[in-house]
Amino acid sequence: MKTYTNPVYAYRRSPDQDGTPARRPVVVVGAGPVGLAAAIDLAQSDVPVVVLDEDNTVSVGSRAICYAKRALEILDRLGCGERIVRKGVGWNVGKVFHRQELVYQFDLLPESGHRRPAFVNLQQYYLEEYLVDRVAELPAAEIRWENRVTGVRVRADHVALTVATPDGDYELHCDWLIVADGARSPVRTLLGLEADGQVFRDRFLIADIHMRTDFPPERWFWFDPPFHPNQSVLLHRQADDVWRVDFQLGWDADPEEEKKPERIGPRLRAMLGADADFDIEWASVYTFQCRRMRRFRHGRVIFAGDAAHVVSPFGARGANSGIQDTDNLVWKLRLVLEGLAPERLLDSYDVERSAAADENIANSTRSTDFITPKSAISRVFRDATLQLARRHPFARRLVNSGRLSVPRVHTESPLNTPDRRGEQFAGAMVPGAPAADAPVTGPGSSWLLDYLGQGFTLLSFGSAVAPPAAAALLRDRIPCRVLQVGGERDEDLIVVQDVAGLLAQRYDGKPGTCYLLRPDQIVCARWRSFDAAAVRAAIAHATAHD
Amino acid sequence: MPVLCTEPNIAAPDDFYELLIALHRDLTHAQSELVNAKLVLLLANHIGDTAVLRAALAAARQDVAAPGAEA
Repeated sequence: MKTYTNPVYAYRRSPDQDGTPARRPVVVVGAGPVGLAAAIDLAQSDVPVVVLDEDNTVSVGSRAICYAKRALEILDRLGCGERIVRKGVGWNVGKVFHRQELVYQFDLLPESGHRRPAFVNLQQYYLEEYLVDRVAELPAAEIRWENRVTGVRVRADHVALTVATPDGDYELHCDWLIVADGARSPVRTLLGLEADGQVFRDRFLIADIHMRTDFPPERWFWFDPPFHPNQSVLLHRQADDVWRVDFQLGWDADPEEEKKPERIGPRLRAMLGADADFDIEWASVYTFQCRRMRRFRHGRVIFAGDAAHVVSPFGARGANSGIQDTDNLVWKLRLVLEGLAPERLLDSYDVERSAAADENIANSTRSTDFITPKSAISRVFRDATLQLARRHPFARRLVNSGRLSVPRVHTESPLNTPDRRGEQFAGAMVPGAPAADAPVTGPGSSWLLDYLGQGFTLLSFGSAVAPPAAAALLRDRIPCRVLQVGGERDEDLIVVQDVAGLLAQRYDGKPGTCYLLRPDQIVCARWRSFDAAAVRAAIAHATAHD
Repeated sequence: MPVLCTEPNIAAPDDFYELLIALHRDLTHAQSELVNAKLVLLLANHIGDTAVLRAALAAARQDVAAPGAEA
């Protein structure tokens, strides 16, 4: 690769490798995007965490490249968002072609007043490198490179690990084990657990090429283009003038042959022109699957990301959902570790993220059925849809080149408090929805989400919460900070101003309206007037105390 | 609640049937399949209502058993 050199992270001997096995509150297996996000989140709340990774570097090859708005907002909370967005390529527009013709285009973020675009494309190695750098800033987190888990024994009150290192094996015990070791999950295999689902009979070639061109930063998808007849092609721009081209090859393609530069070159020249000037950075041939574990929590062992569920890449629902897994899990685990919530709170992680995984798998399977029709008649309907889409707007809605990652709205969550009878709210901020961002002015950032922090927040429109009531909520065992929208500043309150009127619009905020946001920024209750007892009951409910 | 209309509803049924057959004149089998699929999609969009579409899908599948399935 010309544009990137993988860093080498040195193996260091840990004092835990000597003497009796050390006991750690949380061990994370896997230093990919999901494991690293979990570690940062825990360490930001001062929970000591050890990450074990069998390798000594970041991702080899670009792999997951599309980071969705919600994942970027989580990465903002983890202190990495800005660097990722600055290095990456933001985009909102996708175009779909059938043969030579543009059949339709979509804008994934048609409204303004959001800090982050619908997507930022960035090679996974950069993302991981930035997350590793962030871990280094946090005293509570530690990554142990070249530490491979070779044994897992689940005990009543802890998990015992055997870890292989260049210095030999050692034993490590933890209260909780987060397994984020990827789609093939060695730890899942060690525990004899499985992920069930569907394997698709098709092969795809990914080629990352370095090329200077003035193509716009958009997602371009072709069905049956003249340069690659009967198959599909996907083009994405990444950082450093690197472009991702994804060629559908069909099931009969030979993966080893197709990876050879002498095979890839002609495919690219057919697409980009005979005189196109490019270098191949990295190539890979893959098949894909849609699978999930039946349960993500097995006692003290909790699975996240690809280890728990895998989808096809169409829709960018892999890494994005994995980052949302840890966002959902970490605050719950912290409360359990601190003795502030019962262990059954962790079952809500399984409920919520299973629903998200099912939604992602359903979307990804539908996209795959459109891109890779499994029967002759499925192919006929696909071609009929594409032909109609050139003339008729309705058919453009049926064209499916990937339904791109949006966060699950957890309307079914057991942690939600239903709206009070008779209280009506417009808009999308129902209990279970991730909080929408909006521009604000205030003592810090100019975006709402930056004010939400690591705990519960009561977003209060107007001066409904008196400063002493706000101070009392902050002193509770599970504290809740009041963030007031509009009005005067007071010592016990943080006040932001709704400069563009978008907060009131997105939250249907009227004087007195209060939204209770979980530490993962998900709405869990809302009211048209402030009632301290109702807020405390909703927090108790959202932490499995009732 | 809208239901799938299965009572006579086409004003000139013989005319429609003739048009439907004429639509496929001179087409290969593959072209006919494509035209039929486009027709299904156009009509489905015109109906729009999911309950009606589901009822139509079920009615179309009635009396057609997959090979190996019990009739």
